[in-house]
Amino acid sequence: MIKVENITKSFDGKTILHDVSCEFQTGKTNLIIGQSGSGKTVLVKSIVGLVRPETGRILFDGRNLLTMNQKQTKDLRKEIGMLFQGSALFDSETVLGNVMFPLVMFSDMTPGEIRDRALFCLERVNLKGADSKYPSELSGGMQKRVAIARAIALNPKYLFCDEPNSGLDPRTSILIDELLSDITHEYNITTIINTHDMNSVLGIGENIVFLNKGHRDWVGNSEQIYTSDNKALIDFVFATDLFRKVRAYELQKRGLS
Amino acid sequence: MILEKQMADLGRYCTLMTKVLTAPDRWMVFLKRTIGEMFKLGIDSIPLVITISVFIGAVITIQMQLNISSPLLPAYAVGLTTREIILLEFSSSILCLILAGKVGSNIASEIGTMRVTEQIDALDIMGVNSANYLILPKVLGFLLIMPVLVILSMGTSIIGGLAVAYFTDMISVSKFTYGLQAFFNPWYVWYSLIKSLVFSVIITSTSSYFGYYVKGGALEVGKASTQAVVNSSILILLFDVILTKLLLQ
Repeated sequence: MIKVENITKSFDGKTILHDVSCEFQTGKTNLIIGQSGSGKTVLVKSIVGLVRPETGRILFDGRNLLTMNQKQTKDLRKEIGMLFQGSALFDSETVLGNVMFPLVMFSDMTPGEIRDRALFCLERVNLKGADSKYPSELSGGMQKRVAIARAIALNPKYLFCDEPNSGLDPRTSILIDELLSDITHEYNITTIINTHDMNSVLGIGENIVFLNKGHRDWVGNSEQIYTSDNKALIDFVFATDLFRKVRAYELQKRGLS
Repeated sequence: MILEKQMADLGRYCTLMTKVLTAPDRWMVFLKRTIGEMFKLGIDSIPLVITISVFIGAVITIQMQLNISSPLLPAYAVGLTTREIILLEFSSSILCLILAGKVGSNIASEIGTMRVTEQIDALDIMGVNSANYLILPKVLGFLLIMPVLVILSMGTSIIGGLAVAYFTDMISVSKFTYGLQAFFNPWYVWYSLIKSLVFSVIITSTSSYFGYYVKGGALEVGKASTQAVVNSSILILLFDVILTKLLLQ
């Protein structure tokens, strides 16, 4: 479990995160949602240690990231997998090279074992046969799947995903969501997904943290979101006619108007 | 204001170098990457080095013949002065200024693109020391291949000069060859090599610095690339003066 306590972060005098506290549970898909500029990316970057908050604590199963020394931080990072918005695959490496990279750098496996593990991860994300291709030869969805394979190569305890569906068509987005959800449950990972894709929110959101102007405004799951009376949340999630109809239908089903 | 920015840049450069100059996470990976960089930065520059050196060697010979031919000077002076110019300045300083353009922009744009596409963030999150992983093989690889480029440049420049003597009637080959060998001071070769080693570190580390701290997108990567070449060139000229004063006086 990852616990964030009273995080505050400012850039150039402007406070982006105001005293944010929340919990992300193990074996669940935890979502951070909010409008553009609400502080989602800063929160994720703070949790993974790319940005250092001014106040607060970030606890990875009780271990505070902000008080760790260099070695402890390095050890913790071996337990973290991250999927970036633009995939962040290494251009100069093949698909297999990308997935093998963390294993080569941090595992004590033999070259044969490393190759087998990388091929297994590629198979797990349904990319069998693409191992000799370069990232530039792949579609956006395939690049995302390679990035997921690389992120899970070292059997991480924590998986972070920054806008995993950006730039993808709806069908591919659903496939990526399902893949992330399956992997989370299969390997009992603490997965944190930063998204503003409403299909993801309503589809895989087991624990949702809603950020509004840098404040943690609401916490719940995809079921509770329909019945929430938080106006900012409702305006954000059910912004389109289609989603408003979905909400009306869900409320009607529950006997609520 | 400008001085403040320069001091801040120097501080950040030193901080980056303290991250670069640490033990690699995996020695075998580091070795492979260093050899790869020797090929990419050094071996791939050989055609450029040969082309430039042959032509500049020929031009220096023609210029010497046209400008210092005098009844008061022996005919072999053309060969001697051509050799001294090649050894003392061209094959170290001028060659490195040219390589700063090719290698420096290559390094800055490569690392800068990695930064803006979050590849460096990905390395950091995995627990890899990104500065050490990306920059140290470039610094060491180029440092190791630089003497080869300098010696090659010296040899091909002299061949360029000899070609002028052979194919034209400006100076006889025997007198030019005599001049090349007359009053030879081997220290000048060492001086040239020492300078080029310092310049190679300047090119790779300065360019890496500008690439590593890029913020923004493609436009900023282009700017970083230009800054890398300009700053490397200025530092090469500055250190040329300092090293000449230290090593030749």
